[in-house]
Amino acid sequence: MQQDWIWGLAGGGLIGIAGAVYLLINGRIMGASGIIGGLVDGTAGNQAKERAWFLVGLFLVPGIFSLFLEAPRTFVTENLWAVVAAGLMVGVGTRFANGCTSGHGVCGISRLSLRGFVATVFYIMAGGLSVILFKHILGWV
Amino acid sequence: MRSLFAFVSGSLFGTGLLISGMTDTRKVQGWLDIFGEWDPTLAFVMGGAMIPMAIAWRLTRGRNPALGGMFPAKPDQKIGHNLVIGSMLFGFGWGLVGLCPGPAVASLSYGGIGGTVFALAMFVGMRIAPVLRSRLDAVAAAV
Repeated sequence: MQQDWIWGLAGGGLIGIAGAVYLLINGRIMGASGIIGGLVDGTAGNQAKERAWFLVGLFLVPGIFSLFLEAPRTFVTENLWAVVAAGLMVGVGTRFANGCTSGHGVCGISRLSLRGFVATVFYIMAGGLSVILFKHILGWV
Repeated sequence: MRSLFAFVSGSLFGTGLLISGMTDTRKVQGWLDIFGEWDPTLAFVMGGAMIPMAIAWRLTRGRNPALGGMFPAKPDQKIGHNLVIGSMLFGFGWGLVGLCPGPAVASLSYGGIGGTVFALAMFVGMRIAPVLRSRLDAVAAAV
C-alpha cells in the first residue's frame, strides 16, 4: 500500500518520542531487550518497578487499540519449531549484544554510538541472510 | 512518578509499533527480503524514530533527567565478540520469524499462539544468556 510509509514515519516518530520521554524524564535508555532481559534474569535491581510499568504500557495499549482497529494481525509463521528457534536466538542474541533494534538501533545510532551502528549492521545483515536461507532456499517460512 | 512516565513511554512505544506496522511480521521480513518484493516501511520507522531521539540526546547536554539521577554515560565503545556474535544471532532469529523484543511484547495480546510461543522462547533465551555468555567468554579468552 502506498500510505504504508506515512504510517511508518508517524509510528516511528511516536517510538522516538517514547524513547525521548524515557531518556529525558526517567534518565534511562529505551531498549526493549534490556528492559525485558533485566527483569527476566533478575538484574534489574531498583529499576524493576519502572521497567515493569513500561512493559505494562507496551503490552496493554496496543492491545486496547487492536480492539478498535480492524484486527491487526502479526502473521507469525505456523511452523512452531521455527518460532521457538527464533525466540531463543532473539533472546540469547540480544542479551549477548546488550541491545536490539530499539536500544542499539534507535537509541544508539541517534547518539552516534559506534557500538549501536556496528550491532545494527550485523543484525540487519544476518536478518537478510536468514530470510534468504529460510524463505528462499529452504522454504520453511 | 518514575512508574507513571515509564508507563507513558511504554504506551507510546507500543502505539508507534502498532500503527507503523512493525508488529506485522510480513513487513519486517519484507524489508529484510532484498530478493523478494522489497518493503521499505522499516526504514521510514527507523528514520522517524531517530529524529526525536537525536533531539533528545542534544537536550541531555548540561542537564540532568527530570526525575533526578544522571543520564547514562556512553558505554565503552569496544567492539567485542559478544556484540558481533550476539547481533548476528539476534538478526538470524529476527529474519526467521520477523519479531524483535519490542514488537513481541506489543503484539502479545493479538499475536495468537505463535506470538505467545515466540515470547516465551525469547524469555527463556534471555534467562539462559548470562550462563552461555560466561562460557563464550571463557572460550574467547582461551583462543
